[in-house]
Amino acid sequence: MAEPTTFQPVIIGFLCNWCSYRAADLAGTARTHYAPTMRPIRVMCTARVEPEFVLKALRSGADGVLIAGCHPGECHYVEGNIKALRRFLLLKRMLTQFGIEPQRVQLVWAAASEGHQLAAAVDRMTEELRALGPLHWQQTVLRAKVDIPLIKLEVGG
Amino acid sequence: MSNDQIPPPHASPDEERVGVYVCHCGSNIARTIAVEDVALWSEQQEHVVVARDYKFMCSSLGQELIEQDIQAKGLSRIVVAACSPHMHERTFRGACQRAGLNPYLFEMANIRELTSWATDDREAATSKAKAQVKGAIERAVLQEPLEPLFVDINPNTLVVGGGIAGLTAALELADSGYHVYLVDRDSSIGGQMAKLDKTFPTLDCAACILTPKMVDAANHPNITLMTWSEVVAVDGFVGNFSVQVRHKPRYVIEDLCTGCGTCIEKCPSRVLDQHFEVGLGYHKAIDRNFPQAVPKYPVIDTTHCTYFQRGKCRACQVVCPTNAIDFTQKETFEQLEVGNIILATGYEQFDARRVPQYGYGRLANVFTSMEFERMVNAAGPTSGQVVLRDGVTAPQSVGIIHCVGSRDKNYNEYCSRACCMAALKFAHLVHERVPDAEVYNFYIDIRAAGKHYEEFYHRVLEEGTHFIRGRVAEVTDAARGPGEEGSLIIQAEDTLIGKQRRIPVDMVILMVGMEARHDSRNVASTFGLGCDFEGWFTERHAKLDPVVTMTEGILIAGACQGPKAIPESVAQGSAAAARVSGLIGRRTIKLEPVRASIEAAACSGCRICNNVCPYHAIVFHEEIKISEVITALCQGCGACVAACPSAAITGAHFTREQVLSQIDGLLWDMQPGVLVLA
Ligand SMILES: Cc1cc2nc3c(=O)[nH]c(=O)nc-3n(C[C@H](O)[C@H](O)[C@H](O)COP(=O)(O)OP(=O)(O)OC[C@H]3O[C@@H](n4cnc5c(N)ncnc54)[C@H](O)[C@@H]3O)c2cc1C
Ligand code: SF4
Ligand code: SF4
Ligand code: FES
Repeated sequence: MAEPTTFQPVIIGFLCNWCSYRAADLAGTARTHYAPTMRPIRVMCTARVEPEFVLKALRSGADGVLIAGCHPGECHYVEGNIKALRRFLLLKRMLTQFGIEPQRVQLVWAAASEGHQLAAAVDRMTEELRALGPLHWQQTVLRAKVDIPLIKLEVGG
Repeated sequence: MSNDQIPPPHASPDEERVGVYVCHCGSNIARTIAVEDVALWSEQQEHVVVARDYKFMCSSLGQELIEQDIQAKGLSRIVVAACSPHMHERTFRGACQRAGLNPYLFEMANIRELTSWATDDREAATSKAKAQVKGAIERAVLQEPLEPLFVDINPNTLVVGGGIAGLTAALELADSGYHVYLVDRDSSIGGQMAKLDKTFPTLDCAACILTPKMVDAANHPNITLMTWSEVVAVDGFVGNFSVQVRHKPRYVIEDLCTGCGTCIEKCPSRVLDQHFEVGLGYHKAIDRNFPQAVPKYPVIDTTHCTYFQRGKCRACQVVCPTNAIDFTQKETFEQLEVGNIILATGYEQFDARRVPQYGYGRLANVFTSMEFERMVNAAGPTSGQVVLRDGVTAPQSVGIIHCVGSRDKNYNEYCSRACCMAALKFAHLVHERVPDAEVYNFYIDIRAAGKHYEEFYHRVLEEGTHFIRGRVAEVTDAARGPGEEGSLIIQAEDTLIGKQRRIPVDMVILMVGMEARHDSRNVASTFGLGCDFEGWFTERHAKLDPVVTMTEGILIAGACQGPKAIPESVAQGSAAAARVSGLIGRRTIKLEPVRASIEAAACSGCRICNNVCPYHAIVFHEEIKISEVITALCQGCGACVAACPSAAITGAHFTREQVLSQIDGLLWDMQPGVLVLA
């Protein structure tokens, strides 16, 4: 299905309080313009991001999820970002089974001084999602014939 | 619910009464976002009782608006759409509190930094702002009132590292009347500064300003000095740390030793001193770093002691007039209780052998900067004479190479800050000691940013030092002509005249950079703080909070936080001491309530969270097979919350329900599975 090029994807962005949220603040302060596609959620650390949060966002209509945290070795909680990375890799494997393209969920590192990099990551992801078109959660996941109840999609939500 | 009543905190989300305040921020937000429209729209949203837009929400008038509405309209949740929470979260929490609303029943939507400043697309920015506000509302209605945590503070402080930074911190705290344990793993305090001769830019002798402080620390009634000791374990939390210190055996009984030095004199084993003299001088198998070492007690270097190696000698034991030598000493452990910890573990030097083209270790007359410091030091191995490796010949020409291992993508990208100035100091000292020697400084840029630093640079320029701008390609002894015979040739591109140059010299000094201590990552993990990529300890905020770390009660000072010279190290030592004494003065400390807690009934006892927590804040109760968070230890990262397979852990202020609800709000205009076009 060819999507019109005006398609504006919607991204839920989980930004860690110490690095990437500050990077986003810095991008703004420096008036670095980027696609207004990312709707932000501040978390204390990327380690707080549960797979359920990502699934919930995709299920509720987001076209992609961006998780941004401190560079390895710079997490303010020692290595929360490494835990997030491990969890993220597992989650990606599961999402592939669902038939969800890997570009839809991304993990990036952006230090507090890297406003530009964070903005660029949002722009890049927006372009990639634009090329993919909207995520039709129900159709995509149903087509994938995965036993959905196996996954705790409904935890707390 | 009547309007003049503040609702009870645990009302169901449906009963919450939300006030939304949209800030223009002058024109910073209003230029790109239709703020009036956002406010009008907000007023239509579920839970919202009142929505307003205002020029400057953070002004006192803006804050009063919130306070009045809370009281007049019985608001139970506040949402402010304005700048970053890092800017004004505290401001608006204060307004809530003044009006009698728990400050954690407040949520901020950052529509300035994250939205109005990040795009020019008014329509898209306005719709993103609405989504952010909606997300904030949906999160706020599930928020719960939280109370800060109060813990008592033990007034004793541990300072780790007795270099100039740690000494300064220890002395200032001790002078304020608080007890300090000063632990250094070396046999003497003083750190790197104790090796230096004169210090830039004033050229006062390092020993003259350092040794009095060392002696003060040793004699201070409020300081317990523990050298030749290391911290092996840290438990507890701010105000109440429990620290285990390992005292390595000196083989000298401190209570008996008078520091007379007879043992050192009579010890037959003389070995190259790689540590304090950086390989330029010798020490005995029983010795101290330098004659003015504090404390004065020597230490036996067992790898070179004839008795330890071959079972006989005992010369020191025989000559000691007070019977202070004890070959049977074992390491001992001591437990300390302290309220705060200051880490001042300093730096190490870049290993010059890592740049093989500069020939260190291969070409005899290539020296490191620290070797040169020892050489010019009147108390050092050459008694202050500037001589070649043969120990007698004065060099007629000296090449000083800046930035060795620093500002170089192959090694360390950062600038080591102190080496340019030290290089200028060396140029001056060569002129002083060998008056007719030629001195060449090879530099990339001269970094002389500091009080009286630039003036010092000019002084050295006037002394006739040659400055050649460009990175040195090679130091070699392969002569190309008679003029180069027997010399070290420094090959560099002089970027100011755009020409390759070969300068023959007798002596080369490599200004090696500063690096984090080789074990800084282990030390960081013992104390539960972060390190950056290069191993420097991470401060809470690079600009606004440089001596405090993310772990409450653990502070950092001096070069362990990043390369710095003595004045900044001292400033940080004082700053850390001031922070600690401020805390102690308050007796109790207020902690952010953003922390995890485990619901015992839901915990399956799997212990997954126990290992996830970087602060060892989760204990397992073996008897009842249930985990528990020690609230004061928890720093609120939320890692355990996400990891618990039984969903037994709640992260206050970032609960699962709150985040999921915020997601719903943020995606209010999206429909699952339905094609949405912009
Ligand atoms: C060649 C050279 C010349 C210099 N000249 C000047 C100058 O002229 N003027 C100037 O302002 N600056 C100069 N500097 C910089 C100066 O050396 C530093 O700024 C200063 O020494 C930093 O002090 P510090 O206390 O932070 O660290 P350090 O001096 O490194 O002290 C750290 C202390 O902590 C101890 N320690 C380390 N790890 C542990 C541990 N795990 N447990 C217990 N104890 C530990 C060490 O034994 C040491 O005693 C020069 C540097 C170099 C390399
Ligand atoms: S991870 Fe959850 S269930 Fe397992 S021990 Fe910790 S709190 Fe209990
Ligand atoms: S949130 Fe959990 S993992 Fe993080 S510090 Fe607190 S107890 Fe430890
Ligand atoms: S605090 Fe940024 S990723 Fe952990």
